Amino acid sequence: MPTINYILKDGSTRAVDAPAGLSVMEAAIRANIRGIDAECGGCCSCATCHVYVDEAFLDRLPPADDMEQELLEGVAAERRPTSRLSCQLPMSAELDGIVITVPATQA
Amino acid sequence: MNARAALLIAGASYAGLQLAASARNLGFEGRIVMVGDEALPPYQRPPLSKGLLTGKSTVESLPVKSEAFYSESGIELLLGRRVATLAPERQQVTLDDGSSLEYDWLALTTGARCRPLPVPGADLAGVLEVRTVDDALRLDAAAGGARHACIIGGGFIGLEVAAALAGRGLRVTVVEALPRLLARAVTPQMSAFVEDLHRRNGVGFAFGQAVAALHGDNGKVCAVELASGERIDCDLVVVGIGVIPNTGLAEAAGIACANGILTDGLGQTSAPRVLAAGDCAAFPNPYAPDPALPIRLESIQAANDLARAAASLLVGAPQPYAAVPWFWSDQYDAKLQMAGLMAADDEAVVRGDPASGRFTVFCLRNGRIAAVHTASRPAEHMLGRKLVAAGASATAAQLADESFDLKSLLA
Repeated sequence: MPTINYILKDGSTRAVDAPAGLSVMEAAIRANIRGIDAECGGCCSCATCHVYVDEAFLDRLPPADDMEQELLEGVAAERRPTSRLSCQLPMSAELDGIVITVPATQA
Repeated sequence: MNARAALLIAGASYAGLQLAASARNLGFEGRIVMVGDEALPPYQRPPLSKGLLTGKSTVESLPVKSEAFYSESGIELLLGRRVATLAPERQQVTLDDGSSLEYDWLALTTGARCRPLPVPGADLAGVLEVRTVDDALRLDAAAGGARHACIIGGGFIGLEVAAALAGRGLRVTVVEALPRLLARAVTPQMSAFVEDLHRRNGVGFAFGQAVAALHGDNGKVCAVELASGERIDCDLVVVGIGVIPNTGLAEAAGIACANGILTDGLGQTSAPRVLAAGDCAAFPNPYAPDPALPIRLESIQAANDLARAAASLLVGAPQPYAAVPWFWSDQYDAKLQMAGLMAADDEAVVRGDPASGRFTVFCLRNGRIAAVHTASRPAEHMLGRKLVAAGASATAAQLADESFDLKSLLA
């Protein structure tokens, strides 16, 4: 079962099991990771599931489509080149061990 | 089971879950018990009229939190059970199995139920509604064997179901009693866009028509008869004519209700220590055309944000509801989003070209942006929430001019 390593706001790391197909956002919500919200439940409508993806994994992700790009413009925390909306990132074996950093705020 | 909970939540829903989760986040340490009458713990509703019907979502993916969340957070779930009666003066409830529970705080997050179609034939086989996961699974199964669906009600549920069924190759007709779609929620300009979107996907409409009866063949629906006498042949009917708040418990206990359990901005009802939030609750909304009038907003945002406010009360750090109302609806490839609350006499200003599929309608009220409705413009939706929150002043000319930078209105 693939693992996601979330770096939390306090700097600590939590490793979470995430079956292939579940999004990085869903895995976070299920595991009660603080700092990743999902106001719209994962349908790319609210930008509250914003995360920073470890550079080493960035290329293995499907590219952000226009909707996601637009929403990334409106994220509350600093937008970085590694910014993605985690509801758009489905887990796979390829992404095992991915490091996801929780931003300072989603509001 | 032990007979007392610090926080007893009647209704395992978005509002109920948010209240429990926020209470814990804020440091509430007392015993939390959440009672729900469905077999599933709180689950996502948006996919019921979308992904579950199109194959994009699975039942397994619906629960909002994992089982581990409840145990780790110390939230006890009593599923497949119902609170039967309330005795607020004794701070006690009785469940449907006869057991009773006392509480320090009670939260009513009982949601709403579908309004039934009050015509002959409404109980024929093949006449469905969409509120629970069981409803959605029934509809999914029925759609598999149906050729022509008649959707009664041109609101968000009806239209999302229409889009899903049209996408599956069914012939779809929508019957709407008012002259246009989504009349309560959006401007005529947006209604026109949505109607055109559906027509381009093969959906037919009957406007300004009430349903007189449903006709059946061997107990299964075969036609919808309109008040005009016109008949629409169909083998599947989906009724989406609104919901009725589940206020029965509150009313029986003498708690003030008027199209919902009446609360203030912290979810407090007329009974001490009894809170309410979600689809069952009506409260004065600072963004409504009349901020003093209690209204019942049927949205996940309103449920979650009033629940958050109620949780803040529980820990003695009250922060009344102040969030901009917002809502979304995905139909085909269009993402419709709404921020703020429209009034019928707002001035509607269109920004962009509806024919492009991406545009915005602003609702101006006394020179201020009161609501922003977008089609596939999520960035403008997010900005729209800020504009509504700020009560930003703008002229129609500025809003209609795509070269005018809307962010400057926030300065």
